[in-house]
Amino acid sequence: MITLSHYLILAAILFSISIAGIFLNRKNIIIILMSIELMLLAVNINFVAFSHFLGDLSGQIFVFFILTVAAAEAAIGLAILVVLFRNLNTINVDDIGEMRG
Amino acid sequence: MNFENLSFYLFAAVLIGAALSVIFSRNPVHAALSLVLAFFTAAGIWLMLEAEFLAISLILVYVGAVMVLFLFVVMMLDINLNRMREGYWNYLLPALIVSGIFLTELIVLIGGRVMFNKPADVPAAITSEGNTLQLGRLLYTEYLYAFELAAVILLVAIVAAIALTLRRRKDMKLVSSNEQFSASRESRLKIVSMPVEGGRREDPS
Repeated sequence: MITLSHYLILAAILFSISIAGIFLNRKNIIIILMSIELMLLAVNINFVAFSHFLGDLSGQIFVFFILTVAAAEAAIGLAILVVLFRNLNTINVDDIGEMRG
Repeated sequence: MNFENLSFYLFAAVLIGAALSVIFSRNPVHAALSLVLAFFTAAGIWLMLEAEFLAISLILVYVGAVMVLFLFVVMMLDINLNRMREGYWNYLLPALIVSGIFLTELIVLIGGRVMFNKPADVPAAITSEGNTLQLGRLLYTEYLYAFELAAVILLVAIVAAIALTLRRRKDMKLVSSNEQFSASRESRLKIVSMPVEGGRREDPS
């Protein structure tokens, strides 16, 4: 029998993997964006699992909105990436130190 | 082991394997394709949780739109992969420590709850209606304002993405529409009075 804990632990493992991904691929913005998508997926799995096991559909509504915002975020992030590459001819995080932040 | 257990563990294993492949693969294209696999298996897991509408929209939105966008960008940009991989393993230890601590905390938190360890009593099939119908009924009544706000967010995203990447070419021949609309007869047409050449012809008689 698969319980709620199974799904929550699966989502926790997925979230930790994407945290490690951000650490490892800190020079490659594209993989960082993909790791963020994986994190959102882990959170969505939590939402859907709670929605199923508590018998409340509100969780699924939240997942719907998270999907919307994530799609918008990916579109704008990639647009910024394309503009960055057009202006600086690189997307390496080390080369993007223009603002000396 | 029944079918439910088997399919859950299968999906979970494939999902975790695909996620590991996303963060470890050398080529961003392979990473994007692994992410597609991860989304597919997540959709399978959502189907097991009886969230059919969201499972299908995950495949349509992510695999159909977002990942195609990712692949376009990855293939369009000319990236020097070797420089990207420099010092890749330098931060392996901090990564393992941080994610390990995070994972242990979460598992202790989740696994310690006896409440969830027994099979949760799912309210027996709320209605015979489909998941999509229920979701739509909730979305268009209780969450209508949030739904419209989501539409506005998507509109803003469209406008922002186009405005960011729009580039005017220097050699493009364009007429300024502003100038065109404000044109009047006086600015384009000038009537001059000039003498007829040779003066008025005399009557030959």
